[in-house]
Amino acid sequence: MSIFKKLFVPAVLAAVAGGAGLASAATEVQWWHAMGGTNGERVNKIAADFNATQSEYKVVPTFKGNYTETMTAAIAAFRAKKQPHIVQVFEVGTATMMAAKGAVYPVEEMMKDAGEPFDKSQYLPAVISYYQTSDGELLSMPFNSSTPVLWYNADAFKKAGVASVPKTWPEMKAASEKLVAAGYKCGFSFGWQSWVMVENFSAWHNLPMGTEENGFKGTNTIFEFDNDIVKTHMTNLQDWSKNKLFVYGGRRGDSLSMFTNGECGMWMNSSAYYGSIKKQAKFEFGQSMLPFYPNVIKSPQNSIIGGATLWVLKGKKADEYKGVAQFMNYLSSPEVQAWWHQETGYVPITTPAYELSKKQGFYKSNPGTDTAIKQLSLNTPTPNSRGIRFGNFVQIRDVINEEMEAIWSGDKTGAAGMDEAAKRGDVLLRKFERANGS
Amino acid sequence: MLKNVHFGPSVLPFLLVAPQIIVTIIFFIWPAGQALYQSLLIQDAFGLSTEFVWLENFVTLFDEEQYRNSFGRTIVFSSLVAFLSMSFALILAVLADRVIKGSGTYRTLLIWPYAVAPVTAGALWVFMFDPTLGIVTYGLSAMGYDWNHKLNGSEAMALVVMAAAWKQVAYNFLFFLAGLQSIPKSLIEAAAIDGAGPVKRFRDIIFPLLSPTTFFLLVINIVYAFFDTFGIVHVMTAGGPAGATNILVYKVFSDGFVGLDLGGSAAQSVILMIIVIGLTVIQFKYVEKKVAY
Repeated sequence: MSIFKKLFVPAVLAAVAGGAGLASAATEVQWWHAMGGTNGERVNKIAADFNATQSEYKVVPTFKGNYTETMTAAIAAFRAKKQPHIVQVFEVGTATMMAAKGAVYPVEEMMKDAGEPFDKSQYLPAVISYYQTSDGELLSMPFNSSTPVLWYNADAFKKAGVASVPKTWPEMKAASEKLVAAGYKCGFSFGWQSWVMVENFSAWHNLPMGTEENGFKGTNTIFEFDNDIVKTHMTNLQDWSKNKLFVYGGRRGDSLSMFTNGECGMWMNSSAYYGSIKKQAKFEFGQSMLPFYPNVIKSPQNSIIGGATLWVLKGKKADEYKGVAQFMNYLSSPEVQAWWHQETGYVPITTPAYELSKKQGFYKSNPGTDTAIKQLSLNTPTPNSRGIRFGNFVQIRDVINEEMEAIWSGDKTGAAGMDEAAKRGDVLLRKFERANGS
Repeated sequence: MLKNVHFGPSVLPFLLVAPQIIVTIIFFIWPAGQALYQSLLIQDAFGLSTEFVWLENFVTLFDEEQYRNSFGRTIVFSSLVAFLSMSFALILAVLADRVIKGSGTYRTLLIWPYAVAPVTAGALWVFMFDPTLGIVTYGLSAMGYDWNHKLNGSEAMALVVMAAAWKQVAYNFLFFLAGLQSIPKSLIEAAAIDGAGPVKRFRDIIFPLLSPTTFFLLVINIVYAFFDTFGIVHVMTAGGPAGATNILVYKVFSDGFVGLDLGGSAAQSVILMIIVIGLTVIQFKYVEKKVAY
């Protein structure tokens, strides 16, 4: 009897469960992403909420490691013909994805094929211009976009007698001197240095990073960030690091602790650190726009985005893409986007989501949280500030990072470092041009 | 008169060897062949367009200053790791060999680090030396030394060497201890009776008798430093700052899996493969024949 029970009961249960599963067999949509920790839970919630709205499709989110790992995993999966439907790719991978014409299903085309409504005019120009072809076709769906901002420690400012948040680099220097004089270990630090100090620095001052409209017009680009203004900036930073006005603390977000510990009074990095800073900082903090050189430009241009978008990969059945299209629509609805933006500090990608956040009173109760979006839409983007699209840019960014580190440690001058970075970068650009046969 | 014995042809020996051959083909020859083939191609990341370029990837590599630097850096790195981990292990083994009470405990404790995964070992060390949060950094700054391996290349190298050597000490210790224990006690006793002090005994008797072990460990340690330290470098410095810890095996990874330059990366791994083959040849030729027993 007991044996009978042991075997029979589970068997019946399994049969029932299997039958139930068959009855509601939903088409699965694989979504590979790079959002770990709390953001990973938020991603899971978005997918679960979407699944609850209908029964035809089931979006399955999978965490695949950091941005680089997720992208390489998807590429390897594509080569093995086991690719997911949707993959989250960071902005520096854009050129690589774009060049893969046989692998990528442009989002706009997919929406049209699936018969889903899609209104491109609702998206913030600063966000989608990065991901459009030269004919204006949208290639990937914006999801988590951010831009670097200036984070400051208001308590430290008070203690050091800094009256107002610096708007220009000379003011940055003056404020940092006061902070160091008041006993702080450093004036400012920053992370994602190539993105913040070269890519955004150039856009902010309306300077080209490379030819061919920063790579938007073709792969035959040559770097131009080795100009006098960037070089002068590097030299300044090197000078300032000598008396601790600037202290370097790592390539990505490593230097966050220097800011949240109260060692450095200011920190320049992504607006998406909002959640972390809010959790860790035991002082009053705020965010403000990036500084500029008044002798270079009267008022800053606009900053460019970072973060990632969702790419759709080819090679799946037509009805599965219907599910992908429905999910994309759900994802970019004002409610979902406003929630995501307010939780994470990423930029709302559509105007309705921005308006909704305003209406909900988010910016009033959290002053400064709209800095990123204001900074992105400060002026109509020029060819220099629309974004950058260079092939092999993941690798080139590391080259720039390496050369910058050599500058900070005093091994190279600002000019020599930037010359070398541009020279090595050009080699990689040629390699990309050749590998992609265009 | 000698009688020639001929065995009739039989499939049995072939069958018995077959599993080994199949495994070798699937897990070594085939991937190695793939790497070799890939190193002759220039290909985009998705594999949608491919160009056969013969040895161009290799030529580009040696034209590249960073690659040549990485070569030199790897040699410095591996000799430091091998030297440090072996000398420490030898000292510890000699000490453990003399201990009579509680020797089992000492030995077990000394072997522990070997069980730690490279990534974990790296994480451990990098926490202790973190420029902002590290406990050792705190101590150093109290003594007036400003440690920042994120900026200072030599400090980063020192840190990676320390972590890599620390992990390997346990392995070397095991072999040295076994080597020490296999030296006949009578030899050492005879020397002691002849009036040789501990230092002289070690220099003239023990160390020469350990030379096969030492040579074997030297090869093993260099191979380890060349290939198994990837996890440590990845966690601790990711090759930085300014490429100061970008050793060959890490460069293969970052060019191939971060930079998506598959041809260049494959060319680098082919070169690494040649180095391994070289080291293996040296080991077989010298460890087996030339080192005096």
